[in-house]
Amino acid sequence: MTAVTEDNHDSHQEHHEATGIKRWLYTTNHKDIGSMYLIFSLIMFLIGGAMAMVIRAELFQPGLQLVEPHFFNQMTTVHGLIMVFGAVMPAFVGLANWMIPMMVGAPDMALPRMNNWSFWILPFAFSILLASLFMEGGGPSFGWTFYAPLSTTYSNDNTALFVFSVHMMGMSSIMGAINVIVTIVNLRAPGMTWMKLPLFVWTWLITAFLLIAVMPVLAGTVTMVLTDKYFGTSFFDAMGGGDPVMFQHIFWFFGHPEVYIMILPAFGIISTIVPTFSRKKLFGYASMVYATSSIAFLSFIVWAHHMFTTGMPLAGELFFMYSTMLISVPTGVKVFNWVATMWRGSISFEVPMLFSIAFIVLFTIGGFSGLMLAITPADFQYHDTYFVVAHFHYVLVTGAIFSIMAGVYYWLPKWTGYMFDITLAKWHFWLSLISVNVLFFPMHFVGLAGMPRRIPDYALQFADFNAIISIGGFAFGLSQLLFVAVVYKCIKGGDKVPAKVWEGAEGLEWEVDSPAPYHTFSTPPEIKD
Amino acid sequence: MKNEYEKYYVPAQSPWPIIGAVGLFFIAVGSGLSIMQMGKEASSGVYLLLAGIAVIIYMLFGWFKNVIDESMSGLYSKQLDISFRQGMAWFILSEVMFFFAFFGALFYARMLSVPWLGGADNNAMTHEVLWNGFEAVWPLLTTPSGETTQAMGWQGLPLINTLILLTSSVTVHFAHVALEKNKRAQLKIFMVLTVLLGVGFLTLQVEEYIHAYQELGLTLESGIYGNTFFMLTGFHGLHVTLGTIMLFVVMLRIFKGHLSANNHFAFLAAAWYWHFVDVVWLCLFMFVYVI
Repeated sequence: MTAVTEDNHDSHQEHHEATGIKRWLYTTNHKDIGSMYLIFSLIMFLIGGAMAMVIRAELFQPGLQLVEPHFFNQMTTVHGLIMVFGAVMPAFVGLANWMIPMMVGAPDMALPRMNNWSFWILPFAFSILLASLFMEGGGPSFGWTFYAPLSTTYSNDNTALFVFSVHMMGMSSIMGAINVIVTIVNLRAPGMTWMKLPLFVWTWLITAFLLIAVMPVLAGTVTMVLTDKYFGTSFFDAMGGGDPVMFQHIFWFFGHPEVYIMILPAFGIISTIVPTFSRKKLFGYASMVYATSSIAFLSFIVWAHHMFTTGMPLAGELFFMYSTMLISVPTGVKVFNWVATMWRGSISFEVPMLFSIAFIVLFTIGGFSGLMLAITPADFQYHDTYFVVAHFHYVLVTGAIFSIMAGVYYWLPKWTGYMFDITLAKWHFWLSLISVNVLFFPMHFVGLAGMPRRIPDYALQFADFNAIISIGGFAFGLSQLLFVAVVYKCIKGGDKVPAKVWEGAEGLEWEVDSPAPYHTFSTPPEIKD
Repeated sequence: MKNEYEKYYVPAQSPWPIIGAVGLFFIAVGSGLSIMQMGKEASSGVYLLLAGIAVIIYMLFGWFKNVIDESMSGLYSKQLDISFRQGMAWFILSEVMFFFAFFGALFYARMLSVPWLGGADNNAMTHEVLWNGFEAVWPLLTTPSGETTQAMGWQGLPLINTLILLTSSVTVHFAHVALEKNKRAQLKIFMVLTVLLGVGFLTLQVEEYIHAYQELGLTLESGIYGNTFFMLTGFHGLHVTLGTIMLFVVMLRIFKGHLSANNHFAFLAAAWYWHFVDVVWLCLFMFVYVI
C-alpha cells in the first residue's frame, strides 16, 4: 500500500480558524472530535468508577454503613447508565472518529458538522442526568434497565429528566452511527474494496447499523415510560390492558443489540492488534466478517433470554435458549481465529498486545458464563444474582474496556507522536489484570450461592468474599489513575516515534506521519495490494 | 486516474452544532421540568422549553443557510451528494425503528397481554382471581379496571385521510418527474398541491382527535386501545407536520429558483421523508383502524 499525504489546505477555508476553546466548540475535524469523545469518555469512566467505589465501600461489610438504600440504588443505576452510554460507547465512537477516516483513506468523516453536533450533545445529556442526582428526590434509582413499574409507578418525580437525557444520548448515537456508515460506504479510497477493509472498520460498520436499528426503540421505550408515569397511559399496567413484561420485551429488543454494540468494535480492535504483534496476517479474515455479521443478526432474536423468569410460554423459553446458544458459534470462530493468528507467530508482548491477550482469555470466561446463563432452567437459579453481575462485568470491563485500553495504547503514539511511558503502562496492565479478577471472579461464587444484585446489604455468609471483592474494586479503581498518568505524560512528550510505530503493523494509518497531520488524505491514497 | 477525483468538501469550523446542542439541552431540561411541574405553580420549565425551541429554530436557519450557500456556490461534489442521500436514508430507517417500538407495543397488547388478561393460554386463574368478568376483545373498549370508551371507525375521516396522503405521495412523485425534466411550472403546481394535501391531512386529523375526545370519549388515557391509538397516530401526525414543513421549505426554494434537474438533494430528502410517512400511515390505517 502507498499513501499520499497532504498537509496543505484550501487557504480560503483556513485563514479564519478559531483557536482556544472555540476551536473545540466549532471543530469539524474528525481527529479533534475523536479526541473530545475519548477525553469525555475517560471523564465519565472516572465518574462512573467513583460511583462503583461507593457501591463497593457500602458492600465491604454486611449491614448498612455508609449510604442510604435509596442512594445506593441511585449509585447502581447511574453507574450503569454512565458506563454504558457515557464511557464505553463514546470511547468506541472516539476511536471510530480518529481511525476510520484514516483506515479507509478518507479526508474526514462524511458529515463533519453533524459529527461535531453528535459529540456536543453528550456533555449536555450527562449533565442533566448527573444534575438530577442533586435535586430533591434524587436521581434515577430503578436500575439502568429502568423496568416498569419501578420507573413508572414507583419512581421519583425527576424521572422526566432521565427520559429526556436518554433521548439526547440516543440522538447523539444515531447521528454518530449514520456518520460512520456513510463514511465507510461512500468515502473509501479507490481500491479499498469491501474485503480489504480493516476489521475495525468492518465491525464498526455493523455496530453502526445496530445503533441505527435499536436506539430509536430505546427512545420509544423511554417515551412510553414517560407517558405511563405522567400522562395516564397504561402500556406497562395491566389495569388498562398493558403488561409490565411488555416493557422488558421492548427494552431488551434494544438492550441485547446494545450489548453487541459495546463488544463488536472491541472484536475489531483485537483483530487489528493481535496480527501486528504476532507478525502474521489475521487468520480467517473472511470468517471474521461473516461471524460479526451473524452475531449482529442473532442479536435481534435473543432478547428474551434476559427474561426467562418472567413466566413466558414454554415455546418462548426454548426458542430464546437455543438462539442464544447459537451465538457461541460465531463468537467461538472469533476466539479460534485470534488464537490461530498467534499460533506459531513471532509474538512480542508490547502493552497493547498484553491487553489483547488478557481480553481474549477473560472475554472468553465472560462468554462461558453467558452460555451458562443461556440455559433456561439453570438461569432460574442465576437470575438477578451476582453471577449475572460477574458475567457482564467480564464481558464489559475485561472485554470492552480492556479492548479500549488496548486500542488507546496501540494508537496513542500515532495520535501524539510520542511513545508512552512503557514501564508505567505495564504497571497499569498488571495491576488492572490482577485487581479486576480479584474484583469480579469471586462474584461468580457469591452469585451461585444466591447473593442478589442491586441490594445494599447481604447475608453474613457472603461477608468474606465481598470484602475481597471490594479490595479488588478499590485496587482496580486506583490502577486506572495510572492510565490517566500515562496518557497525560504521552500527550506532553516523550520519545519521538516513526510513522510506523509498531513494525508489524499494517494499514493506511501507519503510512501517515506520527503525530497524524491535522488533515489526512485530502486526495485519496492509492491502494495496492 | 488522479484527475478524475473531485475534492470532497470538508467544511471549516462551524458554530451551528454547538448552538444546536445548547438548544437541545434547553429543550430537554425544559420538557422535563414542565412535565414535572404539571399541575403545580412553578412554570420555569415552559420558558426553558420555549427558549430551547427558539435556539433550535435559529440554529436550523443558520445551518441550512450555510449548506444552501455552499451548495449554490458549487462547493459540493457528486460524492458529497451521495453522502447526503445515504445519511437521509439511514435517518429514515431510524425513524422506521422508532415506529416499530410502538407497533410492537400494539401487537403485543393485541396478541398477548389482552388475551392473557382474559384468561387465554395458562392464565385461567389470573383471569378468575384478578380480572374476573374482564372480556378480551379488540378494540379494548372496557379495560380490566372498568374504564370504557368507544372505538374509532375507519370509514369516515381516516379513510379520507388515507386517500389524501396517498394522493400526496403521487403528487410529490409527479413533482419529482417534473423537476428532473426541468418543467418548472408543473413542478411548482405539484409542490403546492402536495403541501396543501399535507395541511389538509393535518386539519382532518385535528378534527378526528376532537371527535374522539368529545364524542367518543376516546382519550390518551382510555387503556391500551387509546394509548396505542393516540401514540401511533400522534407521532405519525408529528412526522407529517415535519414532512410538510420540509416540503414547504423546498417549495419556497423552488419558487426562488433553487434546485436544478441534476442537483436537488433537498427535494429528494423531503420526498423520501414524505413517502416514509405515507407508508407508516398505511400500516397505521391497517392495524390501528381497519383490522
